[in-house]
Amino acid sequence: MAAVKRPLSVNIASKVFPAVGDRPDNLVLKNITFQVEPGSFVIITGPSGGGKSTLLNIVSGLDHDYSGSVDFGGDHEPRIAFVFQSPRLLPWRTVYENIALALPKDDPRLANIPEMLKRVGLVEAANAYPEMISLGMQRRVALARAFVLEPELLLMDEPFVSLDDPTAHALRELLVELWSARPTTVLFVTHDRPEAVMLGTRILRLSSGAATIAQDVPVRLSVADRADREKVRTEQRRIFGEA
Amino acid sequence: MRQVVNAPTRGPRVGRLGWSLISLLALIALWELAALIAQSRYLPGPLAVFDVMVREAEAGELWGNIGATLIRVAFSFVIAMFIGSAIGVALGRYPKADRFFDAWLIFFLNLPALVIIVLCYIWFGLTEVAAITAVAINKIPNVAVTMREGTRSLSKDLNEMAHIYRFGWWKTLRHVTLPQLAPFFAAASRSGLALVWKIVLVVEAFGRSDGVGHQLNIAFQLFDVPMILSYALAFIVVVQIIELAILQPLIARANKWRR
Repeated sequence: MAAVKRPLSVNIASKVFPAVGDRPDNLVLKNITFQVEPGSFVIITGPSGGGKSTLLNIVSGLDHDYSGSVDFGGDHEPRIAFVFQSPRLLPWRTVYENIALALPKDDPRLANIPEMLKRVGLVEAANAYPEMISLGMQRRVALARAFVLEPELLLMDEPFVSLDDPTAHALRELLVELWSARPTTVLFVTHDRPEAVMLGTRILRLSSGAATIAQDVPVRLSVADRADREKVRTEQRRIFGEA
Repeated sequence: MRQVVNAPTRGPRVGRLGWSLISLLALIALWELAALIAQSRYLPGPLAVFDVMVREAEAGELWGNIGATLIRVAFSFVIAMFIGSAIGVALGRYPKADRFFDAWLIFFLNLPALVIIVLCYIWFGLTEVAAITAVAINKIPNVAVTMREGTRSLSKDLNEMAHIYRFGWWKTLRHVTLPQLAPFFAAASRSGLALVWKIVLVVEAFGRSDGVGHQLNIAFQLFDVPMILSYALAFIVVVQIIELAILQPLIARANKWRR
């Protein structure tokens, strides 16, 4: 398939949320400029309410109300998948249907769904409704829905929050496995520092207030290193400079 | 510390249907008792009413009239649900339109059914169209208010998801929007059916020459209480059958994904 050859180029001069009631205009993003090489896994981190999700919404095309530009670097609109902070599944459709609906009717990729269900461990739950399975499983459905699309750009907004540690860790490993099997450009928002270091190949840190890019560093870990908690911790200290 | 819990063992269970049956039998017994005490031609017992019902059914009158009424109910119900839903969804979607038309909605909600019926007959004549229009106008504001509420509560999150995964308008309508509106539509349907058939009877009593309402009007002029009760009971049974055989299974099907 045609991968995006030139880098993704994001250039946001400013993003303002208009005044609500007696609260004044809120400038959330300012002079955010960066490029993303195809196939890299970029972590976007920073303080809460610092515009990380807004940044993803702009890149995804959900939010058009900003000044600046997003250039996907290809000759066509890339296939974008988005894994949201909540799973955002259709409660009245089964697990299988939720995944299948991400694809057009009669799409050849529909044939990959059984294999995908097996990889994310949801074969038995295929005909269950989302409200009948656990949050961890719902998040796996959201991952499967994103990956079955074979996206050229994958956006993830804290997809593993409100899970207990072992479940979140298992899901991170699943994500690494899915991503290694089919590398794609990823923008991944999180405020969890170990998660950032374990997953990313590069970390963009936004400042607080009207967010600008405060830090842009590569993560110097091999795939094998990422399974080693001690190495992850050392790298985390190097990047974020704390205990 | 030890906690011991024994789930209570259950005795023979009476199902919901059983309870309804017992309760209905008690009501009939009470009715029979009242009739025995009153000993009046204006309060016949259940058996006398049942006799009249059988006689009317054999003469073909009962089913003809119930049929005529049901057709009017069906037409005005469908028209009211359709127009009311369209108005409600539009108002829920466009706040500006809502701000403007809200006062109109309140006006029609509070317009007495009788006024609408009388005016429709005066303006459009004693016709079938006037009758059905009058019933529909009575019901439309209620449907619109319910559907407006449903539209306002549509999930922005799911719409964004549908947008990202390029659902398109038809897929979004079918898999995202309509399932969210279904419970509101069901609520409007149930209260709608109950309201519509009562208003249809009034419309028939005023200006139609068949139907249950027309028959009740004649019976009223003759003070024929057994006739009044037999028509009323027969119609209640028919409406309950519609509720149990059509509406409730539909609602149960729409809700099977709920925990």
